[in-house]
Amino acid sequence: MELLAFGKTGWGDELFYATLMTVAVSITAMTIGFFFALIFTPLKLSKYKTLNLIGNFYTTVIRGVPELLVIYLFFFGGSGAIMFVASMFGYNEYIEINAFLTGSFAIGIISGAYSTEVFRGAIQSIDKGQFEAAKVLGIKKHIQFYKIILPQMLRLAIPNLSNVWQITLKDTSLISVTGLVEIMRQSYIAAGSTRDPLFFYSFAAVLYLLLTYLSMKLLNKLEVKYSRGY
Amino acid sequence: MDLELMINSFPKLLTATFITIKLLSASLFFGLFIGLLFAILRLNKNPIINKFSYGYSYVFRGTPLLVQIFIIYYGLGQIEYLRSTVLWVILKEPYWCAIIAFSLNTGAYTSEILRSAFQTIKPGFIEAGKSLGISNKIIFYKIQIPIAIKQSLPAYGNEIILMLKGTSLASTVTLMDLTGVAKYIISTTFKPIEVFIVAGSIYLFMTFIIHNLIKFLEKKYSFYQ
Repeated sequence: MELLAFGKTGWGDELFYATLMTVAVSITAMTIGFFFALIFTPLKLSKYKTLNLIGNFYTTVIRGVPELLVIYLFFFGGSGAIMFVASMFGYNEYIEINAFLTGSFAIGIISGAYSTEVFRGAIQSIDKGQFEAAKVLGIKKHIQFYKIILPQMLRLAIPNLSNVWQITLKDTSLISVTGLVEIMRQSYIAAGSTRDPLFFYSFAAVLYLLLTYLSMKLLNKLEVKYSRGY
Repeated sequence: MDLELMINSFPKLLTATFITIKLLSASLFFGLFIGLLFAILRLNKNPIINKFSYGYSYVFRGTPLLVQIFIIYYGLGQIEYLRSTVLWVILKEPYWCAIIAFSLNTGAYTSEILRSAFQTIKPGFIEAGKSLGISNKIIFYKIQIPIAIKQSLPAYGNEIILMLKGTSLASTVTLMDLTGVAKYIISTTFKPIEVFIVAGSIYLFMTFIIHNLIKFLEKKYSFYQ
């Protein structure tokens, strides 16, 4: 137990901040994922073949390639790409990009592919009559979406989105390979310096379980809220 | 684009693919047995056995695979007692540790898939078997299992693809699988995009094959309905 003490003698405070970091990365990644879903869901549902192809390419590639490989691409390729852009503007110094941003971006792209599939499924399972009725009533296109399609879509999407959240939360453990100090990395450091990996990795497992448990409780509440009236 | 690097790294990545396939098939094989065992335990009426099985799948599905590998590879070696038993022969090898972690992980997901498949079997099928005087054992093997296989195939196909991606974590415990070799080439040449394209295509190709194999099996097992 003294291993978990707060302050200089134990790892309690470090692990506490690491847990906050995991939550922060997960939320950022999920938000970035939503932006990607916002771009790619319309592409997948588009009438045009080329746009369809772009949307399908994104979800197929990202969901078919290991997360770790995507993270390595961003970790090794990210600063290179930015330095390349900077060199075009005449800046030739080495640029190191923030591990938090690279990590969130890599996980965000992965999470976005899953979110895209969820949104696509939700929109497609809304009754066609709803779109037609809205059109017939002469409701404007964006109001159609916000007031008629979106509320129905969310009810269908939320249970699946909570799955995406769980996946995203667990995927953040992988960015420990880039050196960002989240739960996994902190446990690795603590295990290395105390030579007690069994305890620290088990404790990390407990922290992850706690996070998945709490988020499941919260998301269930959201699910109930959005499915009222059904 | 460095085409030469892409061509040169292809054979290296292809040899590493065999390790990935070996890891995948071994863990799916053991995972299926573990999954079946825990699915049967889960359907048991005894609350202790039932809860135990639920706890197993909850813990393994609620924690990242990376933590599970690290606990088994780095953690278990710390127990002095284990080092003196025969088990140590297996547990000191990163290859077997990865397989154990993957099997336990996929076993947890498989048990959930199989459980829901068993639960959705219409009671009429079992009743029909009973009224024909077929013994419980044969009802289980000849009626429940084939239907459960059919029901669970789409979800199990997804699980195989998730596991294929999961095997990439073997590279974190020093195994040189496809991702491990890809990372090694990236970190020596600093050409991440080229290597990503080659390694990613190999993974996508495997995903494609698994996807079609499952489709084929789904057709084959759609003997009723």
